Amino acid sequence: MYVTLRKIKDRFSNAWISAAQFFVFALPVAIFISLFYKSFLVMQTSGIGDLLFSSVWRPMAGQFGFYPFIISSLWITFLGLVITAPVCLLSAIYLTYYGSNKLSGIMQPVIDILAGISSVIYGVWGVLIIVPFTGRYLAPLFGYESTGFSILAGGIVLAIMLIPFILNILIEVFRTVPAEQFEASLSLGATKWDSIKNVVIRRSFPGIVSAFGLGLSRAFGETIAVLMVVGNVVGIPENLFDPGYPLPALIANNYGEMLSIPMFDSALMFAALILFVVVVIFNMLSRGLIIYLEKRQ
Amino acid sequence: MKIKKLEERFFYLLMILSTSFLAILLLFIVSIIIYKGLPSLSWEMLSQTPKGGYYLGREGGLLNAIVGSAYLASGAVILALSVSLPLSLAMNVHLRNNKRIINSIRLILDLLWGIPSVVYGAFGFTIMIYLGIKASLLAGIITVSVFILPIMVRAMDEVMKNVPFTLLESAFSLGSTKREVAFKVVTRQCFPGIITAVLLAFGRGIGDVAAVLFTTGYTDNIPTSLMDQTATLPLAVFFQLGSPIPEVQNRAYAAALILTIIILTISVVTRFLSRKYHKTRIN
Repeated sequence: MYVTLRKIKDRFSNAWISAAQFFVFALPVAIFISLFYKSFLVMQTSGIGDLLFSSVWRPMAGQFGFYPFIISSLWITFLGLVITAPVCLLSAIYLTYYGSNKLSGIMQPVIDILAGISSVIYGVWGVLIIVPFTGRYLAPLFGYESTGFSILAGGIVLAIMLIPFILNILIEVFRTVPAEQFEASLSLGATKWDSIKNVVIRRSFPGIVSAFGLGLSRAFGETIAVLMVVGNVVGIPENLFDPGYPLPALIANNYGEMLSIPMFDSALMFAALILFVVVVIFNMLSRGLIIYLEKRQ
Repeated sequence: MKIKKLEERFFYLLMILSTSFLAILLLFIVSIIIYKGLPSLSWEMLSQTPKGGYYLGREGGLLNAIVGSAYLASGAVILALSVSLPLSLAMNVHLRNNKRIINSIRLILDLLWGIPSVVYGAFGFTIMIYLGIKASLLAGIITVSVFILPIMVRAMDEVMKNVPFTLLESAFSLGSTKREVAFKVVTRQCFPGIITAVLLAFGRGIGDVAAVLFTTGYTDNIPTSLMDQTATLPLAVFFQLGSPIPEVQNRAYAAALILTIIILTISVVTRFLSRKYHKTRIN
């Protein structure tokens, strides 16, 4: 009797595990199919080329040009990465090669908390600090007028949100560099900084690239914090102090209203599809690089 | 030679600056949130629902959002646990020798982890329409559980990977089946790690806006059933911050402070747990 009960339990647990496995494999496919299916209507009517490269955005007239949104997204992502890159690289090198264990013990929770803070909190902070700062001080400094709700403010807030994400990956990447190689360089008389420059950075270059690739895909999809500081005005921004309107913000802002118009609904799903595809491609490329890096060792 | 030394000095200084910048940044963000939120955080704020509408009413508090968030995040965590626990156990017990499947599961999870929450929101919304359910606590729970699933599995997998294989082998040699090894040995051995993963996912789930923006709706009342609409803390920040009325804005700041306190508490507890875990783990 006991044996059979055990067997039944085993069968049940195996079925459960298979179901969980199936679920995980099916999920990305399901997301892609449902987004594709929903956006099929707008792709059929307007054509993908027109959707991506037209800058006429008139939802009520059935004209959906995503170009301004794509440009805004690209600008903000680019700015975020450029601002965050030096901070992440320098801190990662410091924490892995210079800092004591005690320092890591202090900094790890700091990084974890920064990673855990909700994006809406970053948004509130951005509205309170970064927006007035860009509007009142940075814009006049460069001779522009701005309310502060701008591409630049979005880029700065995004950069700050990316720090814990990229930094954690970079620290992991640097740890995969064999200590012997670093020490060999030191023993040949190279200084610590020289060894870092010529051994560590060179050795882990693919890893560094993939860390920023993952950061890029994270940045591309960040919604709420950016939405709160970027201004949300449709149009191609002419300079960094102009407001922008990135793709995720477009989806988030219009969700309630679009239900009545099937074409608008379909267009927003198309925006989600763009996000999905871009993020998946960059994720895959970066993971591929990391796997290559691990195999080479 | 001198230039080299200068260069090293220069970069060393930059490194110290950027590392301390991180700590200063965290302090800056948290202190701004405290500065703005603390004055309006009162017992009334914690114990009352908004009166006269969340956007225009000057009176009342955040109870609807606090309770809503607690329901939403706990529901999502429980639902996600029912997939993530068997999956990560399977990856480390049942499929231990099948490197190909394990690697492809890890790859898929990394992929899912990278998908922005707004896409999960859009996906959840389509599913919701397809199934014919309205914006509700249930729809929110399902969407958030899908969104936190990869975070949870990843954290659990990280802990279970470190269970020494000899421990599994000795359990097998005593005649245990894979299920018994997984649920009785590995689960017990990794219990603090599992709790850490759950807390981590809880923190993510409670703080996310984009995934719940379209799926939970928003209401001034405390939800009484799974099919009711619900408010959440991040949504309370997001919606009420835009209000022209200062009292309503203060509610947003108070909600932001509560959210930050929750995240900080989770961080402290997970740190404590993982320290304890390292002490009691069999090696």
